[in-house]
Amino acid sequence: MSALSPRQIAKTTLGAARARGARPGRLLRRAGAWWRQAAPPAGLIAVLIAGWEWAVRAFGVPPYILPPPSQIAAVLIADRAILLGDATVTLAEVLLGFAVAFVVGVALALAIVSSRTVERAVYPLVIASQTVPVFAIAPLLIVWFGYGMASKVAMAALIVFFPIVVNTVDGLRAADEDLVNLLRILGAGRRRILLTIRIPAALPFVFSGVRIAVATSVIGAVIGEWVGATRGLGFDMIHANAQLHIDRVFAAIVYLSVMALALFGAVSALEWAALPWRREGTR
Amino acid sequence: MPAEGGCDAPSHSGAALLFAGGDGAHRVAASEVEMSQNHARGERAKLEVCGVAKRFPAAGAAAGGPWVEALAGVSMSVAEHEFVTLLGPSGCGKSTLCNIVAGLFRPDAGTVRLDGALIDGTRGRVAYMQQKDLLLPWRTVLGNATLGLEVQGVDRAVARAEARDLLREFGLEGFEAAYPAALSGGMRQRVALVRTLLCRREMLVLDEPFGALDAMTRAAMQEYLLRLRSEFHRTVLFITHDVEEAVLLSDRIYVLTDRPGRVRAVRRAPEPGPRRATDPEVVRLKAEILDLLRGVPAGAD
Repeated sequence: MSALSPRQIAKTTLGAARARGARPGRLLRRAGAWWRQAAPPAGLIAVLIAGWEWAVRAFGVPPYILPPPSQIAAVLIADRAILLGDATVTLAEVLLGFAVAFVVGVALALAIVSSRTVERAVYPLVIASQTVPVFAIAPLLIVWFGYGMASKVAMAALIVFFPIVVNTVDGLRAADEDLVNLLRILGAGRRRILLTIRIPAALPFVFSGVRIAVATSVIGAVIGEWVGATRGLGFDMIHANAQLHIDRVFAAIVYLSVMALALFGAVSALEWAALPWRREGTR
Repeated sequence: MPAEGGCDAPSHSGAALLFAGGDGAHRVAASEVEMSQNHARGERAKLEVCGVAKRFPAAGAAAGGPWVEALAGVSMSVAEHEFVTLLGPSGCGKSTLCNIVAGLFRPDAGTVRLDGALIDGTRGRVAYMQQKDLLLPWRTVLGNATLGLEVQGVDRAVARAEARDLLREFGLEGFEAAYPAALSGGMRQRVALVRTLLCRREMLVLDEPFGALDAMTRAAMQEYLLRLRSEFHRTVLFITHDVEEAVLLSDRIYVLTDRPGRVRAVRRAPEPGPRRATDPEVVRLKAEILDLLRGVPAGAD
């Protein structure tokens, strides 16, 4: 048999793995890669905005139909206090609604996965509930929960609930059965298998559900505000629209987009921090 | 058949004989099974498998429909600190036997005893390693190595200290914080070996642990494996379809038939201690076992 000592083997394999790992200038390279990715869409946006500005001026489009970007920017600055206040309200509704849906959704997913009875009884209903347009029941929610935040929280939660449940159920089921068997052979019980295998295996699925959900929850909150509210960006939009202050409608839209983007980014950052084993560098 | 021959349930040993009594080759097998059990009696059998049979529903078959017979009355034993190999063609039920010993399935017939205690779907008694390394991708090398101790409820600090020591032994020092995805196949399999050793079980069941590795890595892993016995004093039941690997590593080799698996012959390896693939004894035994696997009756030449 060959006379390779354990240390020699370790050395050769060690070198190979190190080479793939940390290297000086890695951060710089990453920044470069990020810029190469971000530059084309940023450039396109700049061109589109410039085109919009030019077209509105060239064809004399009245501002109550389509204001030029410059006018929207002016409103963003002038009305920043009001907009920011309303944005805070909407953001609070989104986050609360999301939190409620996440807690209830993950709990329900765990129940569905751990009990056949619950699965048979509940899962078809969860899927069927998707055929009810949530926006259509927005007026009802206003009747039940009032004009305050509660009805918007309910709206955001209802919209977000489904992707969270479905993705979590899929994720909990996606665990490699061989890994589950390994734990069984080691003598582990269901609870430990859930904590050691099923939940970690489900996390990437949960995160992709959450990433979709968090952006849609903004839509939910805004629609809730359209139907009946006293504050929030959706409320702002309805009023501005009625008075043909289209520039203000656009300003609110800018805020909403930034909010959705920021939430999406926050979830991605959280995912990066929570799933170190999925990072590019470890591959 | 005497009760102390390993099979204490007469009906089961009867079944084993029945299976083995078909033709000349099988009768030889049966007598050799007895021989090995007599041998095991001398050194106190650690693991005793008696007339174990197992079948599974055929793929796509309805309940009660056609069955696939995986094992048809396998009897074998492993003495304490012995390195025993099960050798057989792919799909001969080797892994099924391992799964039964590991307690993942219950046998349809026959018994499995470890230190005299029945294993009948009893898990956690043996340490089990498979061809797939089955490392948890979300755990570091250290976290994977301590998995068995964690399930046993061993204190975390103690488990980690023990794992660090063993990882160093197996040339994985400096990789404790790495994730499995960053490791080579051989390193991953070594982590799995450390995890298996750290289950603190005397009996190791290794189901083709190096089947997915290239030849070089495999040779290195075999050296690690030999240390399991010399340094860690474990009893090993090893599964492989590689004849040379079996002859180089084992004390005794059970040659299994095609599906449904049963013991065709038992062979004792030349002598304890390091062997080379070119030793005449090794070459002779290899040739003999290859004949057995091809179905040539034992002693025909």
